[in-house]
Amino acid sequence: MQTENPAIDAKLVHVAEQWPHDHPLISCRFDPTGRFLFACSEDSTIQRWELAGKTRTPFAGHASWPRDVAFTPSGETMISCGYDDSLIWWETASPEPKPVRVVKAHERWIDGVAVSPDGRFVASAGSDRAVRLWNIADGSPIREFTGHAKHVYSLLFHPSGEFLLSGDLGGQVHQWEIATGKCARTIDATGLWSYNGGQAVDYGGVRSMAWNADATQLVCSGLREASNPLGAVNDPFILRFSWDKGEKLRGHVVADVKGVAWNAAFHPLGFLVACSGGSGGGWLLFWNADDDQAFHKFQLPNTARGMSLHPDGIQVATAHHDRHARISRLVAKPA
Amino acid sequence: MRCAYACGSNDHRLARRDFLGGLGGLGTLAGLGLVTGDLFAFLRPAAAKQMAAEQKRVLVINMHGGLSQLESWDPKPGTPTGGPFRSIPTSVPGTHISELLPKTAGVMHHLSLIRGLNTSEDDHGKGAYLMLHGRRQSPANDIPEIGAVMARTLESSDGNGLPGHIKITAGGGGGRGNDAAYLGPRYASISLGNGNPPQYATRPDDLSAEQDARRQNLRRLANERFLSRRRTAMTDAYTYTFEQALRLMEQRSVFDLSKEPEQDHARYGAHDFGRHCLLARRLLENGITFVQVSHSNYDTHNENFQFHLEQMGEFDGPFATLIQDLVDRGLFDSTLVIVLSEFGRTPGINQLYGRDHWSKAWSVCVGGAGVQRGAVLGKTNEHGTEVIEGQVDHGNLFHTYLSAVGLDSTESFDIGGRPVPLADPASKPIREILA
Repeated sequence: MQTENPAIDAKLVHVAEQWPHDHPLISCRFDPTGRFLFACSEDSTIQRWELAGKTRTPFAGHASWPRDVAFTPSGETMISCGYDDSLIWWETASPEPKPVRVVKAHERWIDGVAVSPDGRFVASAGSDRAVRLWNIADGSPIREFTGHAKHVYSLLFHPSGEFLLSGDLGGQVHQWEIATGKCARTIDATGLWSYNGGQAVDYGGVRSMAWNADATQLVCSGLREASNPLGAVNDPFILRFSWDKGEKLRGHVVADVKGVAWNAAFHPLGFLVACSGGSGGGWLLFWNADDDQAFHKFQLPNTARGMSLHPDGIQVATAHHDRHARISRLVAKPA
Repeated sequence: MRCAYACGSNDHRLARRDFLGGLGGLGTLAGLGLVTGDLFAFLRPAAAKQMAAEQKRVLVINMHGGLSQLESWDPKPGTPTGGPFRSIPTSVPGTHISELLPKTAGVMHHLSLIRGLNTSEDDHGKGAYLMLHGRRQSPANDIPEIGAVMARTLESSDGNGLPGHIKITAGGGGGRGNDAAYLGPRYASISLGNGNPPQYATRPDDLSAEQDARRQNLRRLANERFLSRRRTAMTDAYTYTFEQALRLMEQRSVFDLSKEPEQDHARYGAHDFGRHCLLARRLLENGITFVQVSHSNYDTHNENFQFHLEQMGEFDGPFATLIQDLVDRGLFDSTLVIVLSEFGRTPGINQLYGRDHWSKAWSVCVGGAGVQRGAVLGKTNEHGTEVIEGQVDHGNLFHTYLSAVGLDSTESFDIGGRPVPLADPASKPIREILA
């Protein structure tokens, strides 16, 4: 990861490239080597762009929309999850990608997929409220973590490999012991959830989670102030917690932006970056650790649905409804 | 203003059903001035049971906000408009519905789908109005909702004294609706807010039964004296409301869901819609003519799929259980079941993963009394943007509902000597869906 580039400045962010596809995009991830960008699409494919040549390769295998992807630490294997109940194993760099293994992992949607730091396990979670652990080597089930009362949206392994976090629609973040399956504690992120009595709907939830560099802090992204959930009237919101005590440290907000913070990530330089999409359009948002308010916001050409930070610390990819993946750069535009 | 009621005609006191052939040769008794309830006193118990079984009922499930036809009755998987959900086979060979309805899929042989609906109205209020009235709203022409029409035309003769028009709402309080127009408040809905019994249906603790009876007798005495000279529609409504309230108080247990077995509560689910469906079963079993259950909310401009996943997940089990229970208890053939909404949702998926209002090509589900089993009528194109076969509208549906329960939908109410059509005279029933 590039951390010492003096040219990086979030306030210089600009869209450097945009890559078209035939259908709206749902989410995106750089692979660990930074060679590829993968984006899940509404045509049930995963699209791979090679950054160097801009070549695009489809990964076809899901029977419904793929939702997210995760990589083994080496980047050799990618595992995707979808709304077709399935996890699919792929060779990340294959010139002619085909599913290596398909595992029917849940009933209905799988929203979250994550690979353990040692590359031995993949975790999945979804609308059946289950969190499951699988052996990456053969796809066999290892353990199920039960306890969520609502749809599970996001997963995150602790860097130690001892714990798995799962965040749900209700704003509950369960900390599971990998070795025993027990819930060690629950972190209260209910500030990201609300129930609207007039519309009779639950809304919000933990849409993504991320660690800071030394894993002493955890952030959960989503939304707040949902005055009209069915009409997308809500504000992006990020909760920051201390890991040792599980206490809320701060709630990060931004003025005059409506939407959902679909993804959040810590930049190697320490600031927090998130993408927001919704009725207020697409934005890249930036916060310092000690401030509630964003120190910078940058409007994207279209609503954003997913974000990934490149290992170089310069490029930020976003997935968009207008059938484009975009690469924004956190450095000055070329002269 | 004095109304025609003051003419003293029996027409306004006799339920239409009493008067029509449903009671066979006993019509003459009705003609002699027997009021509802007295009639059964002349019947042998077996005959009374048979008549009760033939009594038609109507259950409407109102998917408030605009149910997506693509996430329910008319899925288009694998197309750009289809969204992420797949379709699943049902108990009717060749008929597929959304995977969000696995339990409903298992009872589809009891139900039919109308997939060619084009109502051309994308406004919530106007769409709801035309789906529940069968006609467009007109300031010059206040017409009753389907529940009032059914309550009036199918009014039970078993003398149970219960209201014929009940709405079980997702929230709110209770009270009386203003939805019966010229049929009068007798047929206006009584809302059971969140499934709770009608408001003020218990005698105050500090009022003894004897005191209450004396009070009511005094009221009746004053009423009779007043009505003997100055009877109007308003005084009739006033009197009826009092008497109905008293009968409701006597039969309050009909609304008491705790009387249902614990295992049935478990089967229907520990959430509002499950309880409301169980209550609907209880009300229908107790002879209430029209029951409407609302399920909210489907107005999913944002995160349509997420919200439908949650909402349809809640709908599917209780609805399928209710259908099967009606079948098992011998009520289904006499109960018209309608699952409707104010419109459907756009085939196009917006940038918020939402679907907007779409009335040009959508679906309703019907079943039970008078309609075919396992039929699919109408067809939309590949992307669900247009009806390409069997197009119908709200007027056709309203005629069909009336026909399904054995009424002649071209008939008229006699309102003060003026004929008022039950349904839009310019429309007609969907014969192909009728049994």
